[in-house]
Amino acid sequence: MRKGLHPVTIAMLLFGFAFLYAPIVILIIFSFNEGKLVSVWSGFSPKWYGELLRDPQILSAAWMSLKIAAMNASVATVLGLFGAYALGRFGAFKGRTLFTGMMTAPLVMPDVITGLATLLLFVGLAWQRGMSTITIAHITFSMCFVAVIVRARLSSLDQSLEEAAMDLGARPAKTFLLITIPMLAPALVAAWLLAFTLSLDDLVIASFVAGPGSTTLPMVVFSKVRLGVSPEINALGTLIVLLVTLCIVVAALIFQRQEAQRLADAQMADRAD
Amino acid sequence: MSAGGAGGLGARLRARLFSQRTVVLLPPYIWLLLFFLAPFVIVLKLSISEAAIAMPPYLPILDWADGLIPDFTGTFYNFSFLFTDDLYVVAYLNSIKIALVSTIACLLIGYPMAYGIAKAPGTWRNALLMLVILPFWTSFLIRVYAWIGILKNNGILNNLLIGLGIIDQPLPMLHNDFSVYVGIVYSYLPFMILPLYANLAKMDESLLEAAADLGAKPWKTFLAVTLPLSVPGIVAGSMLVFIPAVGEFVIPELLGGPDTLMIGRVLWNEFFHNRDWPVASAVAIAMLLFLVVPIVIFQHYQGKTDEAAS
Repeated sequence: MRKGLHPVTIAMLLFGFAFLYAPIVILIIFSFNEGKLVSVWSGFSPKWYGELLRDPQILSAAWMSLKIAAMNASVATVLGLFGAYALGRFGAFKGRTLFTGMMTAPLVMPDVITGLATLLLFVGLAWQRGMSTITIAHITFSMCFVAVIVRARLSSLDQSLEEAAMDLGARPAKTFLLITIPMLAPALVAAWLLAFTLSLDDLVIASFVAGPGSTTLPMVVFSKVRLGVSPEINALGTLIVLLVTLCIVVAALIFQRQEAQRLADAQMADRAD
Repeated sequence: MSAGGAGGLGARLRARLFSQRTVVLLPPYIWLLLFFLAPFVIVLKLSISEAAIAMPPYLPILDWADGLIPDFTGTFYNFSFLFTDDLYVVAYLNSIKIALVSTIACLLIGYPMAYGIAKAPGTWRNALLMLVILPFWTSFLIRVYAWIGILKNNGILNNLLIGLGIIDQPLPMLHNDFSVYVGIVYSYLPFMILPLYANLAKMDESLLEAAADLGAKPWKTFLAVTLPLSVPGIVAGSMLVFIPAVGEFVIPELLGGPDTLMIGRVLWNEFFHNRDWPVASAVAIAMLLFLVVPIVIFQHYQGKTDEAAS
């Protein structure tokens, strides 16, 4: 049946990927532009990277964003894992419909609504706004994305291993820690990375719930972009693209090796039978 | 899966570990009740409050001054206000129009791409899928920003078209509805492709072979078999694009013109510039009322994929 792709399909793929990647490629190219324009080439220069690294506003905002993103990703991965496990393994329980709803609605909820609603909660609680409120707001939507990734992996896992552990007398908590979590590891790493980047990327929700002294990187970028385009922002974008690509490639390679190792082990075990 | 008899995992958990189940379920449950559901109740309350010059800038909706039964001092003025000023109605309709057209454009570009990836040879498939996901991981704000340099009057696209002699005056492509469409389609395209791919990849090949064996032409097989079977993917992808696009703020703010009215932008301005929290809340509730139907459709689909998975 597979006779290769139709030329029209190939053309659409090429067009689609060009559309997705052209802006990123152009962004990277003009981060090395000598002049201040981001659309007219006037010579190669890495000077904007120097400007970027000397900009105290960007540096302190970047540090703030990284701290929030790391805390967010760690808490969201645990909460998302618990939520996904409950939905994937517990069957029916009281309040499941409401729980499913709350786990999926944040995936599509417009940021302006979530941002306003979360802010009003913090005002109502008289909670001092700042880093903690941004982190909490980020965890709330990140955990739902984590749960999507974990559930996909959970549903493809062979439950017989977990059942075997229990049959051998392991308590469910031990089975969860020693069998389920290691099998979910690739999904958990991917989920942590996704939660990290979602937080690093959020402008709207953070703007609503931020307080004085908790300016994040997207907030600085947004205010700079509003004043006009600058190769400094291109340089920042290039660094982010490089960092993310590196993380994903490294993670993919590690898991490919682990998967190969696991297959080899399984073959050894088969032969031993 | 849980139907594994008395030794089944579900039965074991039920019988032995009620408490451990609770330990797993309660943290995410309470978190979402407190930080996701409760805020919406507060928005609802605030949308019927009166604005005031105070901090926080609104009045309580219940007055406990005389006796045990409070007087309702709330107001539905904020909602009627939304209808008295054309701004809000126009912004709503415009947001829906822009989101709808963008969703259709995403579908027209995304469907052939998802189809191509699903039909690509195995070694290519993962790489192509990775290429779809990768932009989604890099800064959304900076990717939207990149379009400014491409679309502006002396931007890359205009320079290219003038250089090729296709046009001699730069086309106005930035700060209008066109650039907003480009920005939304570009940003949300991966959200359309991924559920479509998931659907198309698991499609039963034997159905297509049967159609071909019975003499159906490839395009007829596509229309009669592939397309109807991929409807769940189309619905999921469309909802993932349409719902957030209605409330989009960053794209109309950076790429749109001053007269590109979208409801997310209106809400932002009510809150940050006019500091009218009750009207901002009313705008949010009105937007939510409109989005409830698409959100329920989306959740229904998610629930179905859950069932299919377990």
